[in-house]
Amino acid sequence: MTLLPELGHFALIMALPVVVLQAALPWLAGRNPQSVLLPFAFWAASAQTFLILFAYLCLSYAFASDDFSVRYVAEHSNTRLPLPYKLAAVWGAHEGSLLLWVLVLAFWTQALVVFSRPYALALKAQTVAVLGFISVGFLLFIVFLSNPFERLLPSPDEGRDLNPLLQDPGLVMHPPILYMGYVGLSVAFALAVVALINKRLDPQWARWLRPWTLSAWSFLTLGIALGSWWAYHELGWGGWWFWDPVENASFMPWLVATALIHSLAVSERRDTFKSWTVLLAILAFSLSLLGTFLVRSGVLVSVHAFASDPERGLYILIFLFVVSGGALVLYALRAADIQSKGVFAPFSRETFLLINNVLLLVSAAVILVATLYPLFMDALNLGKISVGPPYFNQVFVPLALPLVLLAGIGPLLSWRRADMSQLGPIVTRFIAPVLLLAALVPFAMGRWSAPVFVAVAMAFWTILVMLYLFIKEFRKEKKVIVSLGFFSMLIAHIGLGVFAIGAALTSVYSAEKELMVRHGERLSLSGYEFELLRNEEGVGSNYRAFRGVIRVYDDDGKVLAELYPERRTYLAQPDNPMTEAAIDKNVFRDLYVALGDPHSDGVRQRLRLYYRPFIRWVWAGALIMTLAGFLAAYAHRKKQHA
Amino acid sequence: MRTVKSSMLKRGGWRTMLAALPFLLLGVLLVFLSFGLGRDPTLVPSPLLGKAMPAFEQPQLGQAEQRLSSIDWTGTPALVNVWASWCLACRDEHPLLMSWAKESLYPIFGINYKDKTSDALAWLDRFGNPYRSIAHDEQGRVGLDWGVYGVPETFVIDAQGLILYKHVGPLNAQVLEETIQPMLTASGIETEEE
Repeated sequence: MTLLPELGHFALIMALPVVVLQAALPWLAGRNPQSVLLPFAFWAASAQTFLILFAYLCLSYAFASDDFSVRYVAEHSNTRLPLPYKLAAVWGAHEGSLLLWVLVLAFWTQALVVFSRPYALALKAQTVAVLGFISVGFLLFIVFLSNPFERLLPSPDEGRDLNPLLQDPGLVMHPPILYMGYVGLSVAFALAVVALINKRLDPQWARWLRPWTLSAWSFLTLGIALGSWWAYHELGWGGWWFWDPVENASFMPWLVATALIHSLAVSERRDTFKSWTVLLAILAFSLSLLGTFLVRSGVLVSVHAFASDPERGLYILIFLFVVSGGALVLYALRAADIQSKGVFAPFSRETFLLINNVLLLVSAAVILVATLYPLFMDALNLGKISVGPPYFNQVFVPLALPLVLLAGIGPLLSWRRADMSQLGPIVTRFIAPVLLLAALVPFAMGRWSAPVFVAVAMAFWTILVMLYLFIKEFRKEKKVIVSLGFFSMLIAHIGLGVFAIGAALTSVYSAEKELMVRHGERLSLSGYEFELLRNEEGVGSNYRAFRGVIRVYDDDGKVLAELYPERRTYLAQPDNPMTEAAIDKNVFRDLYVALGDPHSDGVRQRLRLYYRPFIRWVWAGALIMTLAGFLAAYAHRKKQHA
Repeated sequence: MRTVKSSMLKRGGWRTMLAALPFLLLGVLLVFLSFGLGRDPTLVPSPLLGKAMPAFEQPQLGQAEQRLSSIDWTGTPALVNVWASWCLACRDEHPLLMSWAKESLYPIFGINYKDKTSDALAWLDRFGNPYRSIAHDEQGRVGLDWGVYGVPETFVIDAQGLILYKHVGPLNAQVLEETIQPMLTASGIETEEE
C-alpha cells in the first residue's frame, strides 16, 4: 500500500484550479494577441495535461501492483490477471474510463497548443479556453461523483476479476481509440463556438478546422471498427453489428462527423454551407456527450450493461445542457447573420454534397429516435418497448445505400455548375462492365439476390470511378503531395465500396449450423467439411480451458486448417464459462468454430459452425477509410502551412 | 406589437426561428432524458400485479401438437420467463436461469415470444434449456395479454397463479437473491400452511 493513490487524487484536485485558469484567462485577454495572459493559458493547458497524466499513471500503478486497498482496483482486477489486462482494466469500468476521457481531452488540448500555429493567437487561446471549460465539467464530475482513488479498508487479499469478456486484445485497443475520436470532436466543437463568438466564419476557419475534424473522424472510424471486430470474435455471436444502444452511441457521432468533413470541404473551397458546418460541428460533439450519458446513466437497457447511477446521469445531463445548449443558443443568435457567398447550380458537386449531408443526418436522427424510442414511450406512459435490429436494418439500409453511389458520382462533378457532358462519357464507358460484374457476384456466391446485386453494383461503380479519377489526376499532376487531399478522398471512397461489398455479402450469404457430434464425425457447411478429432484440457494463467481439435476440409477432401476452439472457465467466475471461438480466416471467408457443452453421455460434443463470407471486407473497408482520413488530415495540414 | 412582428419578419424571422430549432429540439430531448433518469428501465409496475395470470392456450414449443395452458402452470410458485432467440439480453441472463433451474425448488416456465420454432430450439440447444415447459407465442398474443413490453421479462407467480412481481430486462443475481427468492419462499410457505 503506497500513498500514490492519494497523490493521484490530489493531482486531480490540483488540476481543477489550473483548468479554470485555462478556461478563463483567454477571455480576459480579449483580442489582444500581445497579452501576457495568453501564454499563461497555454501553460495552464500543459500543466493540466501533466497533472491528469500523473493521476492516470498513479491509478495504472495501483492496478499493476495489485493495490486492492483502492476500491476500483479491488472490484476490477485480480492478482492472476496478465499485466496488459491489468493496465487495460484501468478503463474497464466507469470511474477509470472517465479518467481516460479527460486524459484524452487533455491530449487533444495539448495537441492544439503545440501543433496549431497559423491561426490568430487570440482565437487559438479562446479555443483552448472552451476545451478547458469542458474539462472543468468532467473533472468536477470525477472528483466529486466518481473518484477512482477511493480506498477500501480493510483491503481484501484478492480482487474480483475483470469481466472475462473484456479480457481480449480488442478491449486493450478499442476504448482509448474510440475516445480519441469521441473527444477529438470537442476540438471541432470548440472551434465552432469560437467562430460564432467572434463572428469569424471564413474559408481560413474551415481550413483550420479540417485536419482536426479529419483526425478525430479517423480515430472514431478505427474505434468503431475495432469494437465491431471485438464483438465478432469475443462475444461469439458470429455477427459484426448489433444495433445495441452503446454501439449506436458511437455510430451517431460518426455519421454526423462524416457529414461534417464533407460540408467542411464545401465551406473551405466555396465559402458556403457555413452555418450548416458550424451546426454539424456542434451536433457531432453533442452526440458524443449524449453517448457518454447513455452509456453511463443506465437509462437504456443494453447488452453492455454498465453500472447505472441516476445521480451521475443527472450530472451528465445538466452538463450536456450547459455545453450543447449554450452552443446552440449562440448558434440561434448568430446563424441568421452568417452570409454564404458561394452560389451553385442545382446540378453541381455542392448539391451532391448537400444530399450526402442530408442522408447522413437523417440516418443519425433515425438511429437517435429508435435508440431513445423506448425512453420516449416510457416518459409518456405509453408503455415500455424495445426496438430490435430488424427495424434498424429496414430503416438504415435504404438511407445509407444511396451514399455508396453518391460517393461514386459527386467527385466526378465540378463545383458551382456541372453538366451532363462530364458524366455522360464515363457512364457509357463504365456502366456495362460494372453491371455485368455485379451480376456475376451472386452467381459466384451460389444464389441470386437482388439486394446484393444493387449494393455490389454501386460499390463496383464507386471503386472503378475512384481508380479512374486517381489515374487521371496522377497523369495531370506528377507531384503527389499537391493532390494528396484529393487522393485521400478517393481512397476513402474506395474504402466505403469495400465496406459495402463486405456488408452486403456477409449479411446475405452467411450460413451457420449447430450440432451434436461424435469424435471422427464429419459435418458439412457451405462446401466445407468439419471433423471433430478429439478434446483436450488446457490451463491459462487465470482460467482452465476445455479444447476441441477440429480439422477442416475443402470440397475435394484436402485439409485446410486445424482449429482449437475453447471453453474457458475463469477462476474468479467459475459459474460462467466463456466461449473462445477459433477462426480460420482468409480474404474471402471466415470459418468460425465455437465449442458448446459436452453432452451428458460423455461421447458427443456440441459444435457451432459459422460460414461468414467477405466479413473481413467490412473491417478492411473501415481500415482503408481510417488511413485515408489520417492521410487527408496530414494533407490539409500541409496545405495550411503552404 | 405589429411593428415588432414586421421588423422581425424583415430581418428574416424564419431564419432566426430555424436557427433556434436545434436548441429547442435539444431541450425536448433533455426533458425526456431527465424523465428517463428517475426511472429504472428494468422496473415496470404492472397492472397485473396481484391478479391471476392471463389465461392462454398455446402450442408447446417444439411439440406443436401438444397444447399448453395457464392451468398447467399453477400448483407451485414459479418464475415465468419471456424470451426469444433474437433477444441479445436473453443470452445475458441465461446462465442465471440455468443455475436457477439446477438449484432451486421452484420451476421456470417459458413464453417464447415472437420467435420461429427452429430458431428457438437451436437457441435452447446452444445455451441450454432451463424451462420446465415453454408456451410458443409466435404471434405475440400471449405477450399482449401479459403486458410484455420487451424481452426478456420475468414474472413471479404463486401457487394459485397470481402474479406477484414483474422484472423487465435481463435478470441479475441481486434481484434473484434479494427480491425474487424471498418472495417465492414466503409464498411457498403460505401454500404449505394452507
